[in-house]
Amino acid sequence: MKRARLGTLLGTLALAFAGDPLPAWGKSGWDELNMPRGVTNVSTRIYALHMMAFWVCVGIAVVVFGVMIWSLIFHRKARGAVPDVSLTHSTKVEIVWTTVPVLILIGMAAPAARLLVRINNNTDPQLNIRVTGFQWGWRYQYLGSNVSIISKLSASSAAASMMHSGISPTSVPHYLLSVDHPLVVPVGEKIRLLITSIDVIHSWWVPDLGVKRDAIPGFLNDASFTIAPDKTGTYRGQCTELCGRGHAYMPIVVHAVTPAAFEAWLKQQSALQSEAATHPPTTAATSG
Amino acid sequence: MAESHATAVHAEHDHKPHGWRRWVFATNHKDIGTMYLILSGVMFFIGGTAAMVIRAQLFKSGMKLVDPEVFNSLTTLHGLIMIFGAIMPAWVGLGNWMIPMQVGAPDMALPRLNNLSFWILPFAFTLLVGSFFVPGGSIAGGWYMYPPLLQQFGAAFPMTIFAIHLMGISSILGAINIIVTIMNLRAPGMSLLRMPLFVWTWLITAYLLIAVMPVLAGAVTMQLTDHYFGTSFFNAAGGGDPVLFLHLFWFFGHPEVYILILPAFGIISEVIPTFARKPLFGYDAMVYATASIAFLSFIVWGHHMFTVGLPVAAQMFFMLSTMLIAVPTGVKVFNWVATMWRGSMSFEPPMLFAIAFVFLFSIGGFSGLMLALVPSDYQYHGTYFVVAHFHYVLVPGAVFAIFAGIYYWLPKWSGRMYDMRLAKWHFWLSAIFVNVLFFPMHFLGLAGMPRRVADYAPQFTDWNMVASIGGFIFGASQLLLPYIVWKCVRSGKPIEANSPWEGARGLEWELPSPAPYHSWQSPPGEAVLAHADKH
Repeated sequence: MKRARLGTLLGTLALAFAGDPLPAWGKSGWDELNMPRGVTNVSTRIYALHMMAFWVCVGIAVVVFGVMIWSLIFHRKARGAVPDVSLTHSTKVEIVWTTVPVLILIGMAAPAARLLVRINNNTDPQLNIRVTGFQWGWRYQYLGSNVSIISKLSASSAAASMMHSGISPTSVPHYLLSVDHPLVVPVGEKIRLLITSIDVIHSWWVPDLGVKRDAIPGFLNDASFTIAPDKTGTYRGQCTELCGRGHAYMPIVVHAVTPAAFEAWLKQQSALQSEAATHPPTTAATSG
Repeated sequence: MAESHATAVHAEHDHKPHGWRRWVFATNHKDIGTMYLILSGVMFFIGGTAAMVIRAQLFKSGMKLVDPEVFNSLTTLHGLIMIFGAIMPAWVGLGNWMIPMQVGAPDMALPRLNNLSFWILPFAFTLLVGSFFVPGGSIAGGWYMYPPLLQQFGAAFPMTIFAIHLMGISSILGAINIIVTIMNLRAPGMSLLRMPLFVWTWLITAYLLIAVMPVLAGAVTMQLTDHYFGTSFFNAAGGGDPVLFLHLFWFFGHPEVYILILPAFGIISEVIPTFARKPLFGYDAMVYATASIAFLSFIVWGHHMFTVGLPVAAQMFFMLSTMLIAVPTGVKVFNWVATMWRGSMSFEPPMLFAIAFVFLFSIGGFSGLMLALVPSDYQYHGTYFVVAHFHYVLVPGAVFAIFAGIYYWLPKWSGRMYDMRLAKWHFWLSAIFVNVLFFPMHFLGLAGMPRRVADYAPQFTDWNMVASIGGFIFGASQLLLPYIVWKCVRSGKPIEANSPWEGARGLEWELPSPAPYHSWQSPPGEAVLAHADKH
């Protein structure tokens, strides 16, 4: 009786929270367990370092927790264990468990340090893009051309994200991860981002590219990456530094295209934007 | 000996004021400790309520229970309240109760200062919590209050800063009192390396507090003058530097993390030997490890700022110094495990919480080690992976250690035993659902969910639902604690011996239970000390 009532209560609660029949369930939500391997020279190496660190931690955990669980099972009063009160100190053991961790740490730090230096090599880029964060969106300027893009949350996501919109997020393609004007970049070329902000601190992050850098007013940060030549596609990310009310609503979308397609796109944008500049805005492409 | 007889008689007439005066004019370490603990409990449930709303908002994609700005206020207040309102006062409360008893003193060295440092806090927290209700709502820029975002908030902005000033003053006064008590009021014969580890860890924590609270106070004051007096410390448009605030804040912020966890190490080092019926393994190493951690905490702040664009050499330095912390922390964990090894363990509530602490704090340590690797941190930074990491070290870390301390010493404070069965329920519900709550956050962060978002893409819904359900049950089960304490104090079965735990050692267990109002009216002699050491 009591249990039945509890069941009904839980059911009602679940319904109240679920609303429309369990949205993402059955999709791939449960499989989202690990860092993406990504598509750049940077991201794949970070992934390898991350997995190495993870398995080292698992190894240490197995040993330490193993000893502890052994103790919990066999050295308990209920089993008649007698405490070995003389066991209070052992210089030998203490030296071992100080030096072994140091060696493990050196083993982890060496590849991490090498990778750190490698990632932060921002020399000789083939393309420079200035990224400017603002509340709430991103501006991308292709240096050496007149092309400038303002990139904001897509209209469909924005509409669905309003209070009492009544629009189910699952009915919107890439809810909160789609923009009106994505950043377009070529694959196979070294791209350097020059990142800043005009108001508060933001952070530009695309997991598949392995790039995260803060956009700070008054500072110009840089980060670079090269997308593998066969990895054309769309990569999505978000602002990762709390920047006010719209923090959850300033995604980043990167279209990676072939160098030829990129050149064509850049030329077309350049023409469009110089036309818009000479014939002041009626349907300006930059109003986004 | 005649003198000690006179003391015993005198203890019956402790001349304490009665009614409200006993509390408002309190100078007794036990009364003040009790008030600290009650305040901490109240703040724990206020901060917890904020957490429940946060988890409800994040129950599924597109939930929209509260406005995003309110959501940001709630995450900010949750952080500030739990750190400054729940955990820190709990440590001061436990320190007040236990340090005089553990070092053989009658009371804290500076009782009136003690009163002041407590009574500042209700005003500080009224300002902080009250800022939620002023026009524009409370500050919503996260507990670390980065400029220029912080400059965008209204009346709540100065209120919060004044609250932080008050909390800082209170912490510094409390820390001074603890240092003076430990340095001057130890029983003759109690050398530094004979002190209980809770006293040691608190002593080191007190120095950390004195060192870093002024830095925080200075940094937030600079934000205040930037806003109201036209300075440009952190304003790039005026030639200032927003990153300077980050450096100052985290120079405070990282030692602050150890302020929250070092006393926990102390409690665990008291509880495990008691219930393993075996002295702590490697006492000296524990003391040195604590001191090394405290020292290292001053030179690792940059690991909170790896994506800020520090020079590569600086990132390298902060990576290596951070990894180094794993060594003394590892020594601590190994010593606890070695204390259990070949012990004779029993599993009363304090021990259960201590064992869960060792397991789950270690998990937080592992993710901390992963976060130290700068290239990986580029992916983890600002995501739910970080949220999982610091909640593992603070909830099943610091908070479980507070619970262990309460269940360990409550019989000493009240002279009564609590309901063991209910306390075990409290433990199992907490230990299971804290993992349901926080473990999935590792997955969410790795899969790409940033922290502090009011809404998220649908693919993150599944694990968020699991975390929220874990959160609701974890939150609800915490209501057991005040009930258990209340029931114990009201109608618990009186304990007859000085100590309900057969393996307990330390001066506090040489006193009767409940402990006399003025703990040690005459210092315990060498015989008592030796008995406390050995038992």
